[in-house]
Formats: sequence, structure tokens, C-alpha cells
Amino acid sequence: MLRNIFAIARNTFREAVRDRVLYNLVVFVLLITGCAVFLGDLTAGNEDRTVTNIGLSAMLLFGVFIAIFVGVSLVSKEIEKRTLYTIFSKPIGRGEFIVGKYLGLCVTLLVNVAVMGIGVSLALVYIGASSLAASVWGAILLIYLELTIVTGVAILFSSFSTPALSALLTFLVWVIGHFSASLRDLAEGLGSDAARWLFGFIYYVFPNLSHYEFVTLAARGEVPPVSYIGGAALYAIVFNAILLAITIVIFRRRNLK
Amino acid sequence: MEHVIEIEGLTKDYEKGFLKKKKIRALEGLDLKVEPGQIFGFLGGNGAGKTTTIKILMGLIFPTGGSAKILGADISDVKIHSRIGYCPENPYFYDYLKANELMDYFGRLFGLETAKRKAVTEELLTKVGLEEKDWNRQLRKFSKGMLQRVGIAQSLVNDPELVVLDEPMSGLDPVGRREIRELIAGLRQSGKTVFMSSHILSDIEALCDNVAILRGGKLVATGRLDELLASEGGERTFEVNANGVKAIDLIGIPGSIRGAVVTEKPSGASIQVAGDEHLSTVLAEIKKAGGNVVSVQPVRQSLEELFVKETSGS
Ligand SMILES: Nc1ncnc2c1ncn2[C@@H]1O[C@H](COP(=O)(O)OP(=O)(O)OP(=O)(O)O)[C@@H](O)[C@H]1O
Ligand SMILES: [Mg+2]
Repeated sequence: MLRNIFAIARNTFREAVRDRVLYNLVVFVLLITGCAVFLGDLTAGNEDRTVTNIGLSAMLLFGVFIAIFVGVSLVSKEIEKRTLYTIFSKPIGRGEFIVGKYLGLCVTLLVNVAVMGIGVSLALVYIGASSLAASVWGAILLIYLELTIVTGVAILFSSFSTPALSALLTFLVWVIGHFSASLRDLAEGLGSDAARWLFGFIYYVFPNLSHYEFVTLAARGEVPPVSYIGGAALYAIVFNAILLAITIVIFRRRNLK
Repeated sequence: MEHVIEIEGLTKDYEKGFLKKKKIRALEGLDLKVEPGQIFGFLGGNGAGKTTTIKILMGLIFPTGGSAKILGADISDVKIHSRIGYCPENPYFYDYLKANELMDYFGRLFGLETAKRKAVTEELLTKVGLEEKDWNRQLRKFSKGMLQRVGIAQSLVNDPELVVLDEPMSGLDPVGRREIRELIAGLRQSGKTVFMSSHILSDIEALCDNVAILRGGKLVATGRLDELLASEGGERTFEVNANGVKAIDLIGIPGSIRGAVVTEKPSGASIQVAGDEHLSTVLAEIKKAGGNVVSVQPVRQSLEELFVKETSGS
């Protein structure tokens, strides 16, 4: 089983590389270099914060973009192009396929995030903020964990709806996921039962992505404690496991086109 | 004898439309048994339900009713796929892969070792007649016939006991058709069972031991090809080609055999005659007139007629 999952993940990564998913890194590196050089010339005094903020935010946006657009097509493209016919005639379970595809994209994202992280670190070293260059990696890890959840959401939607709709829904979940905790707190204060019920529901059903917001703090040189990262990682693993389980249940019953 | 494929009452409805669900019955109560070691032809016109049946057997779609077993296991058991090979109709593969990478990937999915994968890739790509210069090219640059060859090669990666081929000859040039025909015949020789769909009758006639004919999702005939043809009551028609004679020299043939037709050809004459028993007379007449027999071949009309009659529903 692991062997099959590994083979599928490996091929998914290869597909991403050959479909030039990693090209965005060039854009990112240009952006961050330009940013560092430009800000380094201005002696504003807090360019290290600005570079960190811009760098990490851009990393998150690039990552979410890939997670959504590659994620929603992971399965649907294979159904559409009928490449799945020859996969499922091999001794491959549908669950193995889903998990393999998911992990393949996670590896792609890992490479992306790592390279972008190195870019940000180098930019920080360039402007003389060496201590930040090391301390941002905690925040980068949190960003990566968030991306794995976005990927899980994308693959779940694409198991039963069209790529375009899946992309839209995943984007909405991502946005709501960042606000669900604040919304619930807000509703607690309102005192309306209906609102409390609704936002409580949203809070438990949607991923709570506020756990992974550490960009602003990282820019101030703060480092997330290990226990915090551990908790965030555990949350991501559990949430992803649930997402994949639902995806597999749906996909198992699906007739291929 | 244990059956390689055992289908019972297989039914499939496709749902059409989003809100108002309309059902299209593509397959109705199909019963079929395929014995080991033979080439089984699955015939039917366009839309008869051949591909639907094969997709159900491969677990790609799920039946509305009925059941099927492959090599003794229920079709829902994917483990059995390690003993099966399958080439879909108009196969399409990951187009970012090269032919040898695709073979290697599929070898991995069967759990083959690196050395074995390499050996099998080379052996099979050669066997299906894919030129060596194309092995290392991306599949997006492949023509339809080249993809078809890759499709057949990949169906044999695991040295399967049963090979299911959905229109294996489609898209192939005449040379390719002959090569794949020989390959399929070779599979039977090595003890494998082949289940192939087709509407190319000459291929079916040349290869298949048993056939099943499908029309509108229902089985209309099944059995040994020669028996099906014999039960039609019609005699086989032969075409005899001869050179070195003129049609006029063979005037005795239509005189002595009812229904025989002699036609003038650029290099000689062509004689059509119904019934095996008249062949020797025709050959003798040609010899007497000083001609040489160039070829004797059955005219494929018989199977064609059977096929058309069974499929058109008249
Ligand atoms: N995905 C689908 N959705 C709806 N109807 C379908 C679908 N696939 C096939 N059908 C219908 O099912 C019937 C059988 O189709 P099938 O593809 O099995 O035929 P076939 O015998 O393979 O034909 P061909 O020789 O053209 O390949 C047809 O009427 C077809 O319209
Ligand atoms: Mg078909």
C-alpha cells in the first residue's frame, strides 16, 4: 500500500515539475530581490520588518494559489483525460490514489515553500537582518501547514464538483477559515442564539486557519514556541485526515467518465 | 473448468441530465462466460455496450445490477488486477511522460523491481513495434497509432493471465494491424486468455475462438465462431484468383456450378463460388485452361451478414 502511494505521489510531483508549477519561484525570487534592494536603498529603519511581511505574505499567496489550482485539478484532470483507466486497472485502490495525489502535491508545495523561504532569508541577510533570517522559519513552517489544509480542501471539493466551482469554494473556505475564530468570538458577544449557533457551526466545520497566522509576529522577531507549532501540526494532521477520509468515501463510489 | 470471466445479469443505466434524471440503459441482463486459454471476441455495433461492459469489469464504473467475476474473484476486488492487463479504447496517458517512463511507472504500480521494469519495458515496446527512437519521447508528441501500441504494451507489463483489449486495432496502419494480430495470437500461444472487443470483422475471424454479439445492450448470440456461421445455414463463399487465363476460357465453371461467377481481371480472372465442395472443381478447371492459381480466400460476407443481422435488430 505504501509502495503504491509513494509511486503515485512521486509521479504527481514529476507532473508538477514538468507542468512548470515551480516556475512561479522565479517570479517570487525576482519579487523578493527587488523588494530587498529597493528597501535597502531607502533608510527607513524598519526595512527588515517590511521585507519579512512582504516576503511571507507573498509566500502564502503563491502557495495558496498553487494549492487551489493544482489541487482542484489533481483528480478531475485525470478523470477528464481518462488517464485513470489504466491506473485503476492496476492493483491500485481508489483510496491509495487519493492519498498519493495529495502527498505528491504536498511535496511540491514543500519544495516551493522551502525555496521561497531561502529567498526570504537571503534577502534578510542582504539587508543586514541576520537574526530574522533564521527566526522566520517558524512562521514559514506554519504557512506550509496551512497550505496542506488548503490542498486537502481543494481535493475534497474536486472529488464531486467541477474544477472552477471547486476553486471558488476552496478559496471561500480559505478566507472564512481565517476569520472563523474571530467571527465566533464576535457572535459570543452578540448574545443572539442564532448567530452563536451559526458561527459555532462555521467554527467547527471550517478549518481554523488563524492558528497559522504568524507573519506579523515573525516580522517583529518573535518565534512560535515548539509546543505551539506542535499543536498546529497536530491540528493540520487531524483535519487533513478527516478531509481525505471524506474525499475517499465520495470518490470510491464515483463512476469514471 | 473454472471460468476466467463470469458475468451474470449485468445491467447498467447511465443517468443523463442534472435535475430531471433520465436513465439510459446501456446494458441489460448480460450473461457471459469466458473459458481460459482462448481469444474471445466481443462484437457489436457502435453504442452496443462493449466498452460499458469492459469498464464495469475493470472497476471503472459500477453496475446498476448483476455481478461479475474475474479469475474467480469479484470485480470489486482490486487485488485481482495484478493478474489482469487492460488496454482502453483510444488509450490516453500522462502526456508529460516518455513512453519508457510510463512503462516504468506502471511497472512500479505492479511492484516490479527496477531491473525487471527496465527489461520488460524494452521487451514490450519492441514487441508492439514502437521504434526505439520514440521510446524516449514525450507521449504528447505521439500519434494515435503510436499511443495504441503503447496502450497494448502497458497492458502486458505484469505478464497477465487475462488481457482485456477494447478495440486493440483501432488507429493502426495495415502493418501495425498485422503486428498486433500476431501479438494477440502469440498471447494465446503462451496460455493467456484474451478478451477483445472489435468491429473489425476480419480481425475477429482471424483470431477469435469464441464470440459474443451484443446489440442495444443485450446479448444476441454467443458461441464458437464457426458454429455460429454454420448455423446460419449459408455456405462459405470463396474467391479464387488466377492468372494466365482469360475469363472466357473458364466458361465451363458457371456451366457446371450453380451460382459461380467469373470476372475478367487485368492479369487473369477471378472466380466466386459458394461451398467448399466446389473448390476442387474450380481449381481443376483453371489448371485445364493453363492458368495459375494465385490465391484462394474466403469472402468475409458470412460473418458480416451475421453481424449486421444480429446488430441491426431486423
Ligand atoms: N458516460 C456515459 N454517459 C451516458 N451514456 C453513456 C456513457 N457512456 C456510454 N453511454 C451510452 O451507453 C451505450 C453503450 O455505449 P458503449 O460505449 O458501451 O458502446 P460500445 O459498444 O463500446 O460502442 P463503440 O463501438 O462505439 O465503442 C451508448 O448508447 C452510449 O450512448
Ligand atoms: Mg467502445
